Amino acid sequence: MHVPDGFFNAPTSIATGAVAVVAVGYALRRAHRELDDRTAPMAGLVAAFIFAAQMVNFPVGAGTSGHLLGGALAAVLVGPWAAVLCISTVLLVQGLFMADGGLTALGTNITLMGLVGSLVGYAVFRLVLGVLPRRVGSVAPAAAVGALVSVPVAALAFTALFVVGGTADFDTGAVLKAMVGWHAVIGIGEAVVTGFVVGAVVTSRPDLVYGARAYVKSGSSLEIRTGATR
Amino acid sequence: MSADATSHQDSSRPRVSRRAFFIAGLLVTVLVAGFVSYYASSHPDGLNFVAEKHGFIAKEKESKAADSPFAGYSTKGVDNDRLSGGLAGVAGAGLVLVLMTGLGLAVRRRGSDDGDEDAAGGSDASSTRAPSQA
Repeated sequence: MHVPDGFFNAPTSIATGAVAVVAVGYALRRAHRELDDRTAPMAGLVAAFIFAAQMVNFPVGAGTSGHLLGGALAAVLVGPWAAVLCISTVLLVQGLFMADGGLTALGTNITLMGLVGSLVGYAVFRLVLGVLPRRVGSVAPAAAVGALVSVPVAALAFTALFVVGGTADFDTGAVLKAMVGWHAVIGIGEAVVTGFVVGAVVTSRPDLVYGARAYVKSGSSLEIRTGATR
Repeated sequence: MSADATSHQDSSRPRVSRRAFFIAGLLVTVLVAGFVSYYASSHPDGLNFVAEKHGFIAKEKESKAADSPFAGYSTKGVDNDRLSGGLAGVAGAGLVLVLMTGLGLAVRRRGSDDGDEDAAGGSDASSTRAPSQA
């Protein structure tokens, strides 16, 4: 859902730029509480993986494709605000080095994918987790639902922003339907990848999953070891 | 609470070491960026598709970064499509890895929740924790 240069007028690009700056600044502070010695490198890995996965567009029918957004995935793995940082870093590298996403649109992309994608994904994750059985096996399915919802909501946010500051005239109803519709389908792909990846991490290292921390007894590493585990 | 498998983790179940986990994660990332990406669909993504169908794709302006050596996820000067894309992918993923790991380490709170089973985690020279903690 990378917005190129030219789609939004200057005031809107500047405004979303300001939103992005404030959000990233706030995320830097909040991530302090989410990341520690063990999970900080995890954030790096998650961001790198999301960059890679975003390259792999999958067809969703009728000549269009989707790719992983990754906000929910990152949020469940390393925390919602660390996720904002992860996605923002991915977008920055994509914009600066890959010319994927416009440079003047960086603020817009960070707002839509970094902020909306991550926070909505995490919020829905928490909601779903709250109604599922209280065990670590619920984390991946809840993450998948968070992912599923995050994508069309980000598309909705794009459309709303486009109404406010888009450079083109367009049929709002039609574009809204198309954007949310297609991104709901893309959300299915997002859910599958997110559920799979979160599931894999939860199975191998649940202690590294931010969203699973309530279900992983800290100090569970107190297993009997006969030697160094490195 | 009924027998909850997580709050009483089976301590005899071998757990993937942190190093193995990260190596696996990096391998998967490199594989996806460097190899799987070649097979990505070339159809326009949802936003571009809608923009085309509803007439505002024409508003798109070329990015100022279009001259970057990795613009468009291809590597300047490398003719082979596979290699060109793969290199760009790995370069980008590597850069993101370095940037975000650095950022994560910079903002993190020092130490970790449980007794860190991996000695590498406690070697932060600027840590203000008591020496016995590590």
